[in-house]
Amino acid sequence: MDVLFYIFSAIMILFGLGVVVSRNPVTSALCLVVSFLGLAALFIQLDAFFIGIVQILVYAGAVMVLFLFIIMLLDLKSEEHQPMNYMAFAGGVILAVVFVVQLASVLSSFKAGELGFPLQQHELTLAENAEGLPEAAQERMAEEKLPDVHLVGRTIFTHFNFPLQVVAVLLLVSTIGVVILSKRKLT
Amino acid sequence: MAELLLILPGLIEATVKIVGLVFLVILPMVAYSVYAERRFSALLQDRVGPNRVGIPFTKISLAGLGQPMADGLKFILKEDFTPAHVRKLYYWLAPALTMVPALLTCAVLPFGGYLKVPFVDEPFRLVIADLDVGILFVFAIASLGVYGIVLAGWASNSKYPFLGGIRSSSQMISYEISLGLSVIPILMIYGDLNLGSIVQQQHEHGWALLPVTLDGLKPVISMRDLALLVPLSISFVIFVTSLFAETNRLPFDLPECETELVAGYHTEYSSMKFALFFLGEYAAMIIGSGFAVTLFLGGWSLPFGLGSDGSDSLFWGLVGIGTFFAKVIGFILFFIWIRWSIPRFRYDQLMRLGWVFFFEIALFNILLTAAILMIFRQS
Repeated sequence: MDVLFYIFSAIMILFGLGVVVSRNPVTSALCLVVSFLGLAALFIQLDAFFIGIVQILVYAGAVMVLFLFIIMLLDLKSEEHQPMNYMAFAGGVILAVVFVVQLASVLSSFKAGELGFPLQQHELTLAENAEGLPEAAQERMAEEKLPDVHLVGRTIFTHFNFPLQVVAVLLLVSTIGVVILSKRKLT
Repeated sequence: MAELLLILPGLIEATVKIVGLVFLVILPMVAYSVYAERRFSALLQDRVGPNRVGIPFTKISLAGLGQPMADGLKFILKEDFTPAHVRKLYYWLAPALTMVPALLTCAVLPFGGYLKVPFVDEPFRLVIADLDVGILFVFAIASLGVYGIVLAGWASNSKYPFLGGIRSSSQMISYEISLGLSVIPILMIYGDLNLGSIVQQQHEHGWALLPVTLDGLKPVISMRDLALLVPLSISFVIFVTSLFAETNRLPFDLPECETELVAGYHTEYSSMKFALFFLGEYAAMIIGSGFAVTLFLGGWSLPFGLGSDGSDSLFWGLVGIGTFFAKVIGFILFFIWIRWSIPRFRYDQLMRLGWVFFFEIALFNILLTAAILMIFRQS
């Protein structure tokens, strides 16, 4: 279904432009949400259901809600009349160019033909090599469906357990930091 | 063209399910739960309630069953007034943004097992989208529901709606955490995110909160299931309470608290736009009840593993659908009963309850479940 790919890509790009072009911060934030939804749809088209849904859950449902929340508490009138910051503009352009160059270098070394087509078959053989998957995941694979949640969980908690713990500690530190900063008495 | 013909049967099946479930079941249920709310509250307060409207131009009143139709007509005919000081685009967008996520989540709700239709070989699965990440989908879409309320509060551009919107969004964000954490024990026990297979397992081994099967006439319950009842009951209490907070129902309806905020975030809305907020709230309540039933009370399955999932007979398929909606209706009546019996919390009490009690208890509950699963591990 190539049509869906083009529809969602168009949505992503259009609303991505909306984020940059719009002068109203609330409009920008909401455009970003729609853009995230389009991205989630693209992930789902690639059979990465888990990543797609988590994209909505974390970015659209949690992060952007907090963003919007803060924006609404600000004075928008002064924000809309601010002159354009040319340094920030130049920085954005440079960042985009760097990203495109990086993407091009990755794509030039990527040989799609070697993985075999359809891609899902390749993923399934990889999944079969994974050890100790629970019964529910085995049943999925018998139906030629990719048990992506089980695979992601197993990989993270067995092969990358230590990095995961480090990330958890990092999050804890930032949470405690926020609490201390907000509770600090102004002297 | 050939590709289109290939997906056509699936497309028709999905359309029939969507139209059947959303337009023929959930929307009428929304209308009638408003009626049920009014009649039930009247009963609790020793009043009569709306009992007059029946078939128009006759004297047949049918105990007021025509009331939802009259209410709907009234909402459509009322003047749709847009105050001059609002931010137009978002003011128009907000009611739709509360209604749509509420209805979208029912896509993964298994409202029955299978339906074996005569002359068709393959029995139909009674769920619109049989997603393997079902529960995550529900949380993801439900978390988008906040936007409608936040935007309504902000776009109205006046003080009371704004305060209501802020209260509501902080309340929903807080309780989403305990709601999510309270479901994790269920996921650990069943080892699956697919709602359909969670219900299937409850059908085979007894409901999550009633893990009893029948051996002849003798009830059977395993030690593991008995031990797991403790964390599951805690989960259920947290889940249901958080559901009240998520759907902005009394005792947690601070966002639209009449005595402080007029009507909260929908103060500036009138006519059908107001009705959309109103109906969105009820739709969220119905679908929330559906998920509570699916996760904890066995979904479409009969207790004690009775009956079948309907993959071989039309009769059991229909019984499954009936069982599911009977449970959901029971749950809605419970919602209404609570609303008219418990007074409203104070706002700081509400946030305290969420962050200081439920969050910690839910975390501890996950550890407890893991410990029990470790002890009774089948080697």
